[in-house]
Amino acid sequence: MNALTSVLIVEPSDIIVEGVSAILNTGRKFNMLSPLHDADSLEQRLPTVQPDIVIVNPTLMGSNVRQRVASLGRQFPSVVFVALVYQYVEPTVLEAFRHHVDIRAGRSALLALMDRAIADRDHTPLDEPAENYELSDRETDVLVLIAKGLSSKEIADTLNISIHTVNSHRKNITHKTGIKSVAGLAVYAMIHNLMD
Amino acid sequence: MPHFFNTRMKLADIIAANHSLILILPRLNIALGFGEKSLQEVCDSHGVPADFMLLLCNLYTFDDYRPTVEELHNVAMDPLVPYLKASHDYYMRERLPHIETHLNHIAASTSPRHGAILKQFYADFRREIAAHFQREEKEDFPKLERLQQGSRGKIAMGKHFERSHTDLVDKLNDLTQIVYKYLPGNDLPEESIELVFDILQLSADIQKHALIEEKILLPWFSQTERSRI
Repeated sequence: MNALTSVLIVEPSDIIVEGVSAILNTGRKFNMLSPLHDADSLEQRLPTVQPDIVIVNPTLMGSNVRQRVASLGRQFPSVVFVALVYQYVEPTVLEAFRHHVDIRAGRSALLALMDRAIADRDHTPLDEPAENYELSDRETDVLVLIAKGLSSKEIADTLNISIHTVNSHRKNITHKTGIKSVAGLAVYAMIHNLMD
Repeated sequence: MPHFFNTRMKLADIIAANHSLILILPRLNIALGFGEKSLQEVCDSHGVPADFMLLLCNLYTFDDYRPTVEELHNVAMDPLVPYLKASHDYYMRERLPHIETHLNHIAASTSPRHGAILKQFYADFRREIAAHFQREEKEDFPKLERLQQGSRGKIAMGKHFERSHTDLVDKLNDLTQIVYKYLPGNDLPEESIELVFDILQLSADIQKHALIEEKILLPWFSQTERSRI
């Protein structure tokens, strides 16, 4: 991809906005959009600016961060949301974001994360409708093996796929079902008669 | 500077700002009916260190609140272990049996096969959470108490805190998903909804409980331990 990646920062502190922008500018890969200071303006601006990556302070998103981010993600499936964290944020909240970065992270860590975010964006399957929440056949295969108690490595060996692919299936399964624990996934598999 | 609670505020105002704080009162043996008294006054009349209770109120309420090293150093930590044990007791003796009663009704109203799956998941969860609390009470809390009583030298504190809390909270949240999304229609929709609320409330409370252990207990422990070596 040759075009610059457009990045929108949503963060109340000018110091942090300037700092992150300065680091990203050294990469010469980014087109920094004018930063926003709160979540409401983000919601207003997103339809018109459609950035590639949004770096947002999750504490701006109010008490329902997860739902708010999930809903933005559905409306703008091509936008990658990255949480900018400078204090403790509940892990369940961070999971609503594709990535998160701590402001104490070094310059190289931030740039590496942005590379992953760009890769993520390029790999987002656009042909898959955003409301497709049913498990695919392959995801179902993986789910059954998880429910049987196999590790990701064992699942990779059984299905002859890479461990990376297994983990990405696992992520999708949890994203679609809302279930994270192995025990919970086993219940899902049993209720759906997948365990014969 | 963000506005956190302080000990001069009326306890009733603090609870009005975050109603779930009412749960911490019985764990500190503070009776209801405190009228218009300030947090400091209520604590004084119940023999509870006000700075400790303030720490809890702030931690439960403000996502961005973290005590500083000095605050941790100055706060009286004697009520910490009794508080955590009282929370365990509340979960084990009140909330989990209450949830189980609802869950058993719902399990009985759906097909025997699905009912059995649901009950098995919950039984496993209860065993896991009981083992977790027991390990803390048998292994970790005594270490903390030894340190509070002035013991010196290195006492290794379990590193299992964070991981197992996340597992417990994940399983509770999974249970809500199972009950309202995946359990085939049962005859007790109202009770199912009530059960989901009960589980979510417990899950939120356990997350705060984990925060106390991770953001107060562990830092206080390593800080105190270091100062004694």
